[in-house]
Amino acid sequence: MKIEDLEKKFQDRIDAGEKIEPKDWMPEKYRKTHIRQISQHAHSEIVGMLPEGNWVTRTPTLRRKVGLLAKVQDEAGHGLYLYSAAETLGISRDEMFRQLHTGKAKYSSIFNYPTMTWADIGTIGWLVDGAAIINQVMLTRTSFGPYARAMVRICKEESFHQRQGFEMILTLCNGTAIQKEMAQDALNRWWWPSLMMFGPRDEESPNTEQSVKWKIKRKTNDELRQQFIDITVEQAKVAGLTIPDPDLKWNEERGHHDFGAIDWSEFWRVVKGNGPLNKERLKARNDAWDNGEWVRDAAMAHSEKQAQKEELKKAV
Amino acid sequence: MKDKLYEYLLMLGDNSMILGHRLSELCGHGPSLETDIALTNISLDLFGQVRSYFQYAAELKGEATEDSIAFLRFDRDYRNVILVEQPNTDFAHVIGRQFLFDAFHLPLLEQLMKSNDEMIAAIAAKSIKESRYHLRFSSSWVKRLGDGTEESHNRMQEAINHLYPLVSELFRETETEKGMKELGIGADLELIKESFDEKVKTILSEATLEIPAVPSRQTNGKTGIHTEQMGFILAELQYMQRAYPNMQW
Repeated sequence: MKIEDLEKKFQDRIDAGEKIEPKDWMPEKYRKTHIRQISQHAHSEIVGMLPEGNWVTRTPTLRRKVGLLAKVQDEAGHGLYLYSAAETLGISRDEMFRQLHTGKAKYSSIFNYPTMTWADIGTIGWLVDGAAIINQVMLTRTSFGPYARAMVRICKEESFHQRQGFEMILTLCNGTAIQKEMAQDALNRWWWPSLMMFGPRDEESPNTEQSVKWKIKRKTNDELRQQFIDITVEQAKVAGLTIPDPDLKWNEERGHHDFGAIDWSEFWRVVKGNGPLNKERLKARNDAWDNGEWVRDAAMAHSEKQAQKEELKKAV
Repeated sequence: MKDKLYEYLLMLGDNSMILGHRLSELCGHGPSLETDIALTNISLDLFGQVRSYFQYAAELKGEATEDSIAFLRFDRDYRNVILVEQPNTDFAHVIGRQFLFDAFHLPLLEQLMKSNDEMIAAIAAKSIKESRYHLRFSSSWVKRLGDGTEESHNRMQEAINHLYPLVSELFRETETEKGMKELGIGADLELIKESFDEKVKTILSEATLEIPAVPSRQTNGKTGIHTEQMGFILAELQYMQRAYPNMQW
């Protein structure tokens, strides 16, 4: 079969709503796009553990301690199944780590911002996980089988995290003036970076058209961003918090909220590695990897020794 | 009796809490994703146990909550052993500390399951499943590191050399422990020691490691004499409750 025919057959399958499985034929670009996107997603989970891990030793109560530990552990779990999903496309976890550690692979820029106060932990759950879910719900129906299935499970947990985060914010808003101020300050700092999580505006997003065709994307960046804003504005009202955007207002005609201009120069600065904590996040990952090398080597050596012992037993 | 029981619950809870805290410091920094998840999971189990012990302690004491007990005591009022406050020097120290604690904790919980105090018996029955897994995890890593590469062997032996002299404190009976044992509420430390010694001997030998012939150290964490590390642990642990007192979170 000619390559054009294969590609047509492939696209027909996707159009018919069939899932593409790892052993199926796929265009090289489809494979590469998925490796890039799934590994980027996995890296985001792993780097995302750092800003929240920053507060694990300082939670205000035991109940919050257990909740936060469980949440960070879930993220490590998401990283695991996403790396496994990417491995089915013929790349090793070690290679993906190498790409992360050398800065070749990206992760969600939101994690380059600092968690300064306890309210940041609630805000990450509310906004960052909230934004992630909007992206991910769409991905549960993406064309690549292992990715879609990983997303189903991840979405369930993310949705729990989002509710937990919002509940933390509500608790602060129903607390003392100091607590409410802490929550407002966190919203002020995380609002715009959260909107940037949906990526550049549609006219500047070169991947969108192809991604829509492959059902990696069913909605554009701007559509998803609008959906997030409409939901979150209502939640902020419930909490009694003010969204830090003077231009934000309901547009009856569009049936959506209008909002102010996003500072895309900030977005690109952070993407290019010059955000508040890009260097620190990468260093933390590199340190964990480098300091763990002797441990991984030992595990490997031990398992080889055990295998040799088994061989000997069989021989005797 | 009530005071002694309260004090005994602090001993049980503080060991789990301070060890859980040390493990939580590693969250996101483990040598591999799998070990990161496992260590966080152990920390999570330990904090679950802490909540059970302190909720019960709060009930006994009155006008206290699990959080006031966890976060609002002064340095000298914490009752954990020195072993659990040892820092995460490297992965071998983390594993060594965990293994020595688990080898003590499992037989402790086995006895506490038969405690005359129904609440303690129930908490122990729930915790023992977790503790079995912890011991399986830490033993397997002691063996991997001990019988892995030359470097891992040396690091693991060094960790054991540092940590083992702190073990004797686990078995040095305080007045509180003696009282609780006599009432059939608390454990008999001598019986735990037999099981502990057997386990440590077996695992270290499989790991090609040696029990160091060094004298035990005079430590008294159980009566509130801690290392210089403890103040820093508490500074982090208590930060929110101290900086923002009397608030709901």
